[in-house]
Amino acid sequence: MAETPGDLFLPRLLPPQEFFAEGNRGCQGCGAALVMRQVLKAAGPDTIVCNATGCMEIISSPYPETAWRIPWIHVAFENAAAVAAGVESGIKVLRRKGRYHDRRINVVAVAGDGGTADIGLQALSGALERYHDFTYVCYDNEAYMNTGIQRSSSTPYGASTTTSPSGRESIGQKTQKKNLPMIVAAHEIPYLATACPSFPLDLMDKARRAFQTVGPTYLHILAPCPTGWRHASDLAIEMGRLAVETGAFPLYEVVDGKLKLSMKMETRKPIIDYLKPQGRFRHLKEDDIKEIQRRVDENYEKLLRRAELDEGG
Amino acid sequence: MGERVGLEVSLAVSEAVKLARADVIAAYPITPQTHIVEELSQMVADGDLDAEYVMVESEHSAMSACCGAAAVGARTFTATASQGLALMHEVLFIASGLRLPVVMAVANRALSAPISIWGDQSDVMSERDSGWIQLFAETGQEALDLTIQAFKIAEDRRVLLPAEVNIDGFTLSHVVEPIVIPGQEEVDSFLPPYEPQVILDPEKPVTMGPVGFPELYTEIKKQQNEALLGSYEVILEVWDRFAESFGRKYRPVEHYRTEDAEILINMAGAMSGTARIAVDMMRETGKKVGLIRTRLWRPYPFDEIRNAVKGAKAVAVVDRALSFGGQGGPMCSELRSALYPLAEKPVVTSYIAGLGGRDITVENFQTIVEDTGDVLANGPREEYKMIGVRE
Repeated sequence: MAETPGDLFLPRLLPPQEFFAEGNRGCQGCGAALVMRQVLKAAGPDTIVCNATGCMEIISSPYPETAWRIPWIHVAFENAAAVAAGVESGIKVLRRKGRYHDRRINVVAVAGDGGTADIGLQALSGALERYHDFTYVCYDNEAYMNTGIQRSSSTPYGASTTTSPSGRESIGQKTQKKNLPMIVAAHEIPYLATACPSFPLDLMDKARRAFQTVGPTYLHILAPCPTGWRHASDLAIEMGRLAVETGAFPLYEVVDGKLKLSMKMETRKPIIDYLKPQGRFRHLKEDDIKEIQRRVDENYEKLLRRAELDEGG
Repeated sequence: MGERVGLEVSLAVSEAVKLARADVIAAYPITPQTHIVEELSQMVADGDLDAEYVMVESEHSAMSACCGAAAVGARTFTATASQGLALMHEVLFIASGLRLPVVMAVANRALSAPISIWGDQSDVMSERDSGWIQLFAETGQEALDLTIQAFKIAEDRRVLLPAEVNIDGFTLSHVVEPIVIPGQEEVDSFLPPYEPQVILDPEKPVTMGPVGFPELYTEIKKQQNEALLGSYEVILEVWDRFAESFGRKYRPVEHYRTEDAEILINMAGAMSGTARIAVDMMRETGKKVGLIRTRLWRPYPFDEIRNAVKGAKAVAVVDRALSFGGQGGPMCSELRSALYPLAEKPVVTSYIAGLGGRDITVENFQTIVEDTGDVLANGPREEYKMIGVRE
């Protein structure tokens, strides 16, 4: 492939250190591993990760091996935010008593969509409301991938999973993807953003901003999953791009309550471009795809209007 | 020496946590534990205790936050009861598995259903195997002392395990007793700040809570169990040190009028106070009755129990919990197993009493002793008996 100026310069723009080590046990083309890699590049070494049970925990910590070059703790599935709250509170008081470093430490909770939108929602809401100084990173691969592709409340409409299978009587997932970033926004935290590792500079800028913000911050990051989405493993980056460019997963920030789209797309790629390469959508008929297109457009328009309203205000 | 005051036992526990200079308290309200954490939050609000008080949204998060705080080297405390303890269940095992020295007070209360806010020990018995050091207090003084000691035991590098102090809900937690509050300087010298061995520190990154594959899981669990069994010696050491500093002696099993006793009553917690009165009354009528109280429940004091029952004809064990469909009383099962290998052993009888706040009276203990006498004379009957049931 021909080198573009971007290919030449991009690597120089990124911090060279890798805090999420290569050689982890992620599947080929794992989007979530890229999420971790990019988030931690933005975070730097003064970071503590509190990881929920799930793909990232399983692939990174087969004792006595570890993929983490920063301090890391895993306690359980539904409590990453509560553990992070404890870490943050502990550091705060110990620092006051002169028993911990004075410099800023990024306390980061990491969980998948199941650990965030389903079982971990309560702990997340509690930690946001209590206004702990931490960043919550949800890597959203849109199902329980670690246990074998079961549906979560973050699985999109029409996707076939092992517990929302498509069949003669079913389209697959019958419900709409839970709008978690907006649920988080309702907590009126100072910063939240959606991101995707297919747009690494955007992702790392947002992560940096989250880490620099005092108070609770939230990153909702789409993590293409070749195993669960059933597409070729070399298409993970492409799937992330298409998710964004079709409007299925819009990129935006909410800063102090004001929503700002990261890429304003008046025209978007048709949703079929995103659905077609993925096995989880293979069963969809023309009418189903039309319906999905209608929903994507409706959601995107809603977002556009909200962004205009917030800009105007 | 300290000051002797009349104090509600819950508040004495809070006082102990303050004297221990806890760094992080994460707790959620549940009866009958609430007075402990209310008082602690007031202490923090008034600046009397320099701690972070995390008002979590559930007990599950309380224990999770304690794990996080302990993992960065903070001295952590929480308190709960009943459903709250049950909700923590999952994280209790993780706290011990990760070797985090969290200290918790449990104001023992019955489990639902039917929902009952009143006392019994079903909550802690359901967490018996969670790998925590488990202690039972009979009095307010003991509740305060055990709480201070729990930090020292848990944080000892030979131990590094979480520890739990059980106080009976209402019958202990809500009573006012004369309690000696030790001086801060004395406590500081007995319990210096926690010096953790391994913490989450960017200067020396560690991975805590990784995946344990079958090749290693068993070894890790054996190691954890050895730490809990090994904590026994440390507990004795801490109690010796405590006696030197504060003059109050503690041991795993408390004896009362056991010399020449033919029938011993065994139990844990506040009902022992009532049992003592019953023992005195029966002694007056010439009955050779004594009492052995289990203070240390985990690690179980096998040898102390075996020694304590030497010479007795029978041991009547009174449980405030019921193991459904099993042998009845969990504390009795444990004692029976401990005595089983002995060539000469007393008859063991099992009684369930005081469920869901039902009073345990002096008369109940008299009935229990009479019934055990009957078993001695006429041989064993049912596996266990429930006392004071209206039928």
